[in-house]
Amino acid sequence: MGLDVVTLSRLQFALTITFHYLFPPLAIGLGALLVFMEGAFHVTGDQDWERLARFWTKIFAVNFALGVASGIVMEFQFGTNWSSYARFVGDVFGSALAAEGIFAFFLESGFLAVLVFGWDRVSPRMHLLATVLVSLGSVFSAVWIVIANSWQQTPAGYALVSHGGVLRAEITDFWAVVFNPSSVQRLVHTLLGAYLVGGAFVASVSAYHVLKGRHAGLMRKSLGLSVLFAAAAALALPLSGDLQARVVARTQPAKLAAFEGLYRTTARAPLSLAGLPDDARQEVRFGVAVPGLLSLLVHHRWNASVTGLDAFKAEDRPPVLPCYLLYHAMIGAGMALAALFVLAAWRLRRGRLHEDRLLLWSLVWAVGPALAAGELGWCAAEVGRQPWIVYGLLRTSQAASRAVPPAHILASMALFAAVYALLGAVWVSVLDEKIRRGPDAEDEAKAGGWMDAAAERADPAGRSFTEPRQEA
Amino acid sequence: MDLRALWFMLLGVLLAGYAVLDGFDLGVGILHLGARDDRERRIFLNSIGPLWDGNEVWLVTFGGALFAAFPEAYATAFSAFYLAFMLLLFALIFRAVSLEFRGKRDSAAWRGFWDASFFGASLAAALLFGVAVGDSMLGIPIGADHEFAGTFFGLLRPYALLVGALNVSLLALHGSLYLQLKTEGELQERLRRWSWQAFGVFLTLYLATTLVTLARVPRALVNFERMPWLWAVVAASVLALANIPRSLHLRRPGWAFLSSAAAIASLVALFGAALYPNLIVSSLDPAWSLTVANAASSQKTLGIMALIAALGLPFVLSYTAVIYWVFRGKVELGKLSY
Repeated sequence: MGLDVVTLSRLQFALTITFHYLFPPLAIGLGALLVFMEGAFHVTGDQDWERLARFWTKIFAVNFALGVASGIVMEFQFGTNWSSYARFVGDVFGSALAAEGIFAFFLESGFLAVLVFGWDRVSPRMHLLATVLVSLGSVFSAVWIVIANSWQQTPAGYALVSHGGVLRAEITDFWAVVFNPSSVQRLVHTLLGAYLVGGAFVASVSAYHVLKGRHAGLMRKSLGLSVLFAAAAALALPLSGDLQARVVARTQPAKLAAFEGLYRTTARAPLSLAGLPDDARQEVRFGVAVPGLLSLLVHHRWNASVTGLDAFKAEDRPPVLPCYLLYHAMIGAGMALAALFVLAAWRLRRGRLHEDRLLLWSLVWAVGPALAAGELGWCAAEVGRQPWIVYGLLRTSQAASRAVPPAHILASMALFAAVYALLGAVWVSVLDEKIRRGPDAEDEAKAGGWMDAAAERADPAGRSFTEPRQEA
Repeated sequence: MDLRALWFMLLGVLLAGYAVLDGFDLGVGILHLGARDDRERRIFLNSIGPLWDGNEVWLVTFGGALFAAFPEAYATAFSAFYLAFMLLLFALIFRAVSLEFRGKRDSAAWRGFWDASFFGASLAAALLFGVAVGDSMLGIPIGADHEFAGTFFGLLRPYALLVGALNVSLLALHGSLYLQLKTEGELQERLRRWSWQAFGVFLTLYLATTLVTLARVPRALVNFERMPWLWAVVAASVLALANIPRSLHLRRPGWAFLSSAAAIASLVALFGAALYPNLIVSSLDPAWSLTVANAASSQKTLGIMALIAALGLPFVLSYTAVIYWVFRGKVELGKLSY
């Protein structure tokens, strides 16, 4: 594996997408929570929700700016680094990107302005509408990107047409492209993952403030909402993951075999819980496995046969070790998060969450594994597609730009690494400062006008739907 | 209408939308270091604060639409201009994060760093866009296989750099006119003087570019012989440009800004008219150029895309109108500002 254009471009894409993919799940997850917070204010009239929404909007804006800045890189790279791929798929893939621009980005970026800067310029209803539209925009964006990515995994609705001896994929059925065999399952899983990330992020900051005893009233509400939200997402994720794995088994059996370290086609296939795949021995070493469970999960029968890697030629197999490790690390993180958030939700229900310092500190740190699980899952899906860039149609080795010298890619990659390291550090320090400061005292002072009006409608008991009920 | 010609025009619309809207953002960035103190710099930043992000989406959508409608041209151009595009990406990244990060600390060094980065990024982006237009006018070395056969430094030709400088002066002018709509008093007066200066520089470069273009790129006039109505676009562009000093003199910055917007849009249209039916001209052999015929997607895809555009654009235009309406008027610095 020399440092050729393909290898360098793969490394650069991995670097840039890994950095970028920190932000979209945060935007989607946090966007949904903002809708809940602002919606709760409109329904209950409780000013705390409005103050929380204002606080989280500022955090949202910082994340969003980084998402925009790192996102435009992704769109350009298909042409700069993967121009042979771009020539092959432009007809299909380009349409999804263009649709994302028209249907999602304008909505998202336009109303973001109202969300962030418009608190005092538009009516509360209009502001809520803007929040809903930004949140919807971020979901639409995920829809089109996941459709484009899924088409690479499970191409459908196309025909290969020769232009002067060069083949390319052209759309024959647009709806078959949109609803290709894996897009719906993949979208559900991606969105749930984003909701977990958003919930874990808000829970982390809120738990920190509760631990420190600052803004405690506000932050308990924020904590309650985010814990319930994250717990729901974390419980739904394994179910959606199971459905998605069955799609993978049907459409990309080599990928599933690599995920599971299943070297040989086996009846009563075991589900490998942990271990280390060894290509030389063609087995998973030091493994812990449950016999027959993989067959049961994939085919719903204990003794059904599951396709192993031996069914594929060596040059058509994905690299087993990284696939296995990425996939199992994602599942491990997901399961641990599900356990943590379910426990936290149960404690919350019992009214004992706020005193459990160990659990609160666990929540503070849980945002790391939540972000990591998303990255790991995305990475597993992409590495598992290898050696294909478009599954079964175009090999990654054939897809890179032919006009770009390796030295240029090395230079740009070094710059990306340096710039992203700088931006990552600044992002964390700015967020850290904002988070430590919490909802500004000045915010409370300047609040007035329509907030006072809202306060008059407020329930005098000031009861919230996430605080434990005292009378119980 | 031929779908390929339609998409050539729609790409022109997206590019013009980008140039007019993000053009003033970049212009504000180019002028940024001319602001005297922190308050003025914050006014500059907040004048575009709520808008730049949506404006940049025009470029993102242009990129996606080029990818979908003319994948060969997208693949060839983006790989040909590899380093230039990477520089552009870093410029756009720094422009975005400078806006967001600058106000987050009180330290002078911190703010100075992001001020310089905001200025440098805006200047670099404006210059690179101009250079790309200049290179497109001249043509670049494209082989029979549609692959670029030149070098990065080969793209930095005098004519391309001239168009780059032209674009910088045009956007500085556009930005200074925009800022006059957003400021008051002494600062607004100062901006008015900058507008005059920028217009002077722009006019000089504009005349020079026009002369060089007529002498060196005769191909640019072919379509004007076949379609004489294109001279109306030339006339519109000259009128719009001439109306800028007139409105400045009459102290009507609104009209001056609209005129510079119209001038930018008509210059993009003239660029398209000079290129059509080519997307990328091969300087090696005209037969190897990428045209709307040999670089396009299938008719079916172009049709689907046209439908998507017809469904989406009315929404896009109405959001844009709503956002610009909400954020109309002079900049007021407050708690929510950068």
